[in-house]
Amino acid sequence: MSGPSLQEDLARLDAIVRALEANDLDLDKALALFEEGVERLRAARERLSGAELRLKQLREAADGSVRVDDLAG
Amino acid sequence: MTLPLPLGGPAGERPLTVTELATLAKEVLESAVPPVWVVGEVSGFRRHANGHWFFTLKDAGAKLNCVMWRADAARATGEPQEGMQLFARGTLSLYPPWGETRFMVRDLLATMEGGLHAALLERARANLEKDGLFALERKRALPQFPRAIGVVTSPSGAVWRDIVAVVGRRWPSVELVLIGAKVQGEEAPADLRRALALANRLETLDVLIVGRGGGSKEDLWAFNDEGVARAVAASRVPVISAVGHEGDVSLTDLVADVRAATPSAAAEKAVPDRVELLHRLGVLRGSLASGATRRVALAGEQLRHAATRMARSCERITERGTARLRDARTRMALAAGRAMEARRAEVARLAGQLDALSPLKVLERGYAVARDADGRVLRRTADLPPGLGFRLRVVDGEVRARSEGTP
Repeated sequence: MSGPSLQEDLARLDAIVRALEANDLDLDKALALFEEGVERLRAARERLSGAELRLKQLREAADGSVRVDDLAG
Repeated sequence: MTLPLPLGGPAGERPLTVTELATLAKEVLESAVPPVWVVGEVSGFRRHANGHWFFTLKDAGAKLNCVMWRADAARATGEPQEGMQLFARGTLSLYPPWGETRFMVRDLLATMEGGLHAALLERARANLEKDGLFALERKRALPQFPRAIGVVTSPSGAVWRDIVAVVGRRWPSVELVLIGAKVQGEEAPADLRRALALANRLETLDVLIVGRGGGSKEDLWAFNDEGVARAVAASRVPVISAVGHEGDVSLTDLVADVRAATPSAAAEKAVPDRVELLHRLGVLRGSLASGATRRVALAGEQLRHAATRMARSCERITERGTARLRDARTRMALAAGRAMEARRAEVARLAGQLDALSPLKVLERGYAVARDADGRVLRRTADLPPGLGFRLRVVDGEVRARSEGTP
C-alpha cells in the first residue's frame, strides 16, 4: 500500500524544494521544511527498497465468485 | 424477332442475328451452369453510381468479369479490395447488349488469407469510430505508482513471462495478477470478453494489460473483434493494449487508453523505474540541501547586512548629534553676543537717563545740597538749627557753612 503515499511524498518534496528555492520564507519555517523534506526522502527510499514482486492469478470460482490465488514466479 | 432471310447466304442457311445468337448463348450458359462458388483474386473493382459493383476475378489462367447488383452488394460485409482473394457465389450469364460473359455474384465470402477480413475490420472500425470510442478525450492517464496490475493474456504464452520479467526488474513493489484467456482461435473473442469482465470485478486493480505476442493476421484476429474492442473501451480499469509487434495496429490498440507495441513495452508503460526514481530522489535530496543551505546563507547575509546598516545608522545619529551640538554652540554664542550687545546698549541708554537725573545737573542750575557731618541731606529748616555746622555741595565742590537760624 505504498502507492499514494509515495506519490504524495514526491509531490510534497517537489513543493518543499520549490519553497526553499523561492528564498522568501521565514528562516524557522525554511528549516522546518528542510527537516520535513529529509524525513520524507528517507520514507520514500525505504518504500523503494526491499519490495518483492507478488504474482497472483484471478479466476472465477464454480460459485461465480472471484478468486485470487498465489502464482509461482 | 423473325427477320427476313437474306438471299444467297452461305450454304443457303438462314443466318442468325447477333441478338439471336447472344440470346441463345445466354440461355445455354444459364441452363448449363448452376449457381456455383468460384474463388479468385479481385482486380479492377469499381462501384457504379447506381450502386452496382463491377470487378474481375482472376487466377493464373483466366479472368472473369463479375457484376454484383446493388441489392446483393448492400448485403456484403464490405467492398472487395484490389488483390483480395474472394469466394463468390453466383451464376454465369451473358449480357447481350455488351456481348460479354458475366458472373452475376450474389454472395461474397472472405477466405481467411485476406479476403473480406479487411472489409469486416473496416466495418467494425467504422462502428467503433461512430460511437466515439477512438476519441483521445476518452484516454485515461495511468496511475503513476500502481499497486496491482492485471494481465489478460494466455497463461502459457511469452507475454506473461515478459511482463513478469520487466515489472520485476523495474518496480517490484507491485502485485501482478494473471487473468488467463484464449488469445487466438474461434473462442478467443468470447474468452477475452469474459476475462476483461472478470478483471473489472477485482477492485484492487489499477491497470490492465491486454495482449499477445506477434503473429499472423489471423492470430491477431480476436483483437480486431468489435466485441472485444468494446469490452476494452468499457473497462473501468485503464487498459494498456499490447498486441503483436510494431506496425500491427489492432482495434483493441485503438480503443485502449494506452497502446504499446509489445508486451514488454506495455510493462514499461505500466510501472515506473525504481532506478530512475531513486535517481530522482537523489536529485531532490541535493536540491533540498542546497535550498536549505542557501536559505541559511541568505539569513547570515541578511544578518550581516542588518548589522552594517545598524552601525551606519548609529554613526549617522552620532554625526547628527555632533553637528547639532556644534550648531547649538554657535547659535548660543551668537545669541549670547547679541544679548550682551543689547545689554550694553541698554546700559548706555540707562546711563544717559542716569546722567539726566544726576544731581550734578541740578547743582549746575544753581542748586546746592546741604549735608551734615554724617552725610545726611538737610532738607528742612528744622534740620538746620542755629549754630549747626554743615557742608554745602555746589557744582564744583564743597564748602563748610554754619546755620544762623531762620531769618
